[in-house]
Amino acid sequence: MVEEIKAIKVRPQPKSETRKHIIVVRVQHNFGVLTRITSLFAGRGYNIESLTVGKTHEPNVARITIVVEGNERVVEQIIKQLRRLIETLRVRDITDIPHIERELVLIKVHAGEDKARDEIMRLVNIFRAKVVDVSVDTYTIEITGDTEKIEAFIKLLKPFGLKDIARTGVLALTRESAKEGLQDNKVE
Amino acid sequence: MPKKRGADIVIDVLLEEGVDTVFGLPGGAIMEVYDALFDAPLRNILARHEQAAAHMADGYARATGKVGVVMATSGPGATNLVTGLATAYMDSIPMVAITGQVPTHYIGTDAFQEADVVGITRPITKHNFLVTDIKDLALILREAFYLARTGRPGPVLVDIPKDITQQEYDYKMPTLKDVEDALPGYKPHYEGNPVQIKKAAELIRRAKRPVLYVGGGVILGEASNELRELAELTQIPVTTTNMGKGSFDENHPLALHMLGMHGTYYANMAVYHSDLLIAVGARFDDRVTGKIDEFAPEAKIIHIDIDPASISKNITVDVPIVGDVKNVLQKLLKELKKKPVEWEDARKSWLKQIQKWKEKHPLTYQKSDKIIKPQYVIEEIYNITKGDAIISAGVGQHQMWAAMFYRYNFPRQFLNSGGLGTMGYGFPASLGAKIGKPDKTVFAIEGDGSFVMNMQDLITAVQYRLPVKVAIINNEFLGMVRQWQQLFYDSRYSSVCLAVQPDFVKLAEAMGAVGLRATKPKEVREVLKKAMEINDRPVVMDFVVDREENVLPMVPAGKSYREMIVSPKQKSEAETMYLVG
Ligand SMILES: Cc1ncc(C[n+]2csc(CCOP(=O)(O)OP(=O)(O)O)c2C)c(N)n1
Ligand SMILES: [Mg+2]
Repeated sequence: MVEEIKAIKVRPQPKSETRKHIIVVRVQHNFGVLTRITSLFAGRGYNIESLTVGKTHEPNVARITIVVEGNERVVEQIIKQLRRLIETLRVRDITDIPHIERELVLIKVHAGEDKARDEIMRLVNIFRAKVVDVSVDTYTIEITGDTEKIEAFIKLLKPFGLKDIARTGVLALTRESAKEGLQDNKVE
Repeated sequence: MPKKRGADIVIDVLLEEGVDTVFGLPGGAIMEVYDALFDAPLRNILARHEQAAAHMADGYARATGKVGVVMATSGPGATNLVTGLATAYMDSIPMVAITGQVPTHYIGTDAFQEADVVGITRPITKHNFLVTDIKDLALILREAFYLARTGRPGPVLVDIPKDITQQEYDYKMPTLKDVEDALPGYKPHYEGNPVQIKKAAELIRRAKRPVLYVGGGVILGEASNELRELAELTQIPVTTTNMGKGSFDENHPLALHMLGMHGTYYANMAVYHSDLLIAVGARFDDRVTGKIDEFAPEAKIIHIDIDPASISKNITVDVPIVGDVKNVLQKLLKELKKKPVEWEDARKSWLKQIQKWKEKHPLTYQKSDKIIKPQYVIEEIYNITKGDAIISAGVGQHQMWAAMFYRYNFPRQFLNSGGLGTMGYGFPASLGAKIGKPDKTVFAIEGDGSFVMNMQDLITAVQYRLPVKVAIINNEFLGMVRQWQQLFYDSRYSSVCLAVQPDFVKLAEAMGAVGLRATKPKEVREVLKKAMEINDRPVVMDFVVDREENVLPMVPAGKSYREMIVSPKQKSEAETMYLVG
């Protein structure tokens, strides 16, 4: 005979940590496709950290790089929903795949006194950044790198007084040298 | 090939797709298409409200399995489709909506009757298109049909600016290959992973307390025969969702009927105690699972669905199988037959336990010979139609009673808005169903609240001589809301009383339909008998029922199956009888 369950039983729920994911999406470059993607995030309350779009070498194919915070479960849902869009060609989470990650940032920083100007120039050199515009009291600096480097640079500039920042968001490509065993189909 | 007007290209594609009926109502931006329809070999059912037209197309699609087509003009015509599209989207119903748009050069200028329809309907369609060049028109329309009916079906909208319907173009009908080439990223997964299917078979062999949990996907995927074969072979009891009703004969000894919020005691007990849950074309909706982490706490889960995004969305699944349910079930059967087990023996004690639960709390209600019980009306509809009618329902208590007290035995028999819960769906959907299945008796089981949300289209039923039977379960309440207020808001009946109502009999007569009324139990059969004799126009039956009858059993929203309310004596949450433990 089957025993009726007496105690309160609970389904075990898998736990997973929240972290940053880089998702690369290739889409048919039709008008409206970007709205479909962003409204997919907005409608479900997923928070996009950055999103970049650009054409590719293939005609009518655009590549979108999305950075989101989330646990495995949420990110898996995001990926499934992205794959579900009719115009999606391929979706990959490249977070755990060897990849090159770059962001380009323009920073306006206060640089009035000589001491500050010297100090900022030193940082610019260390980080291999570039001063692209100079005014009486401002340097405009261009820097590229991965998120870590950029964040470190910005943190060091902060005490001088930041006036404005423009960031492209993360771009990423997987390393060709480590491409074996990649699973990149649209459908699992 | 001579040049053709855009509007004529629209008609050509409809004919190419095998469409013989469209539902809609014209207006400025879509006049060209209606002009082309005038002498085309397909008919337009002139609805009196675009929302109703959309539900008609939906009902037609649900009853026949074909793509339903609805047409509307720009602006208000198109915005009136929104509820109908969302309803179809939530239940994965194949539909194509064609809307007129203001001429291309006016788009974005707040022109008269302009609305961003593609923007508005983006999240409630499987896909949508704005045609910007007549060269693309035929291909886009064919893509729309292809997307609507393949993979996980759904509504697709095509917005066509008026100038494009007026231009002429020397076109060639796109082929299926053209369509597939235009959709390089769209590859529905039909096959099902053989390794996963093997794993599923092994779990089924080893299970002691398995349950099949079946949703609308089995109906959409035409997999009822395979489902029956699987259930009978392995002796696994079957519970269906509201959307899955009709996929498995409810008079079958293995039928557990519906599960979830208003599921039967025995279905919910079986699921709660199961050690293996085989979900087929279902999606673990919150109305089904209740409190998710106490749902089937001891069960391993196999989930078969064509939509990868449905899997492990609400619950973590042990064996996911992405594929067409018919295809997967066939392969699963093959796999199971390779290594047969003494199924009857294996299931003996489990089925016996289920039988005990069925006897302890069968699906029933307090009968009366003084006042009409709503459940009684449904039972009598079942009897007079011999279980063979197509039933569509509104949303509310009457919908649940229609689901519980009619016994469904074939797919596409029960039509209702399970996902969105759209009041006003039932009656217009019944018209679409009757048009698609003229030889079937079609009943719309409606609430007094739901019916009035689209009752204007009674005139459409009269115009086209559609002999649908509308049974209004008249409790003079927005009954389902009243029930929740009674149970969870201390009986504070806020804005739910519908005591001021039209006289439904006179209303029917004013529209050219037949109106009948029953106020006593003994009149119910008589009224139904009269209604069944009428074959040239709609009949509206006003069943004046017990006002404060409740839908039971009930698992309160967000609660565990343990907290199911079974008897009417358990009035409030506090008094809820703990079934187990
Ligand atoms: C369009 C819409 N508005 C509101 C609701 C919320 N709602 C759910 S059931 C219900 C009451 C329905 O009343 P009625 O049609 O008379 O059915 P009953 O429950 O009385 O059988 C309401 C208002 C809904 N589901 N749909
Ligand atoms: Mg009512």
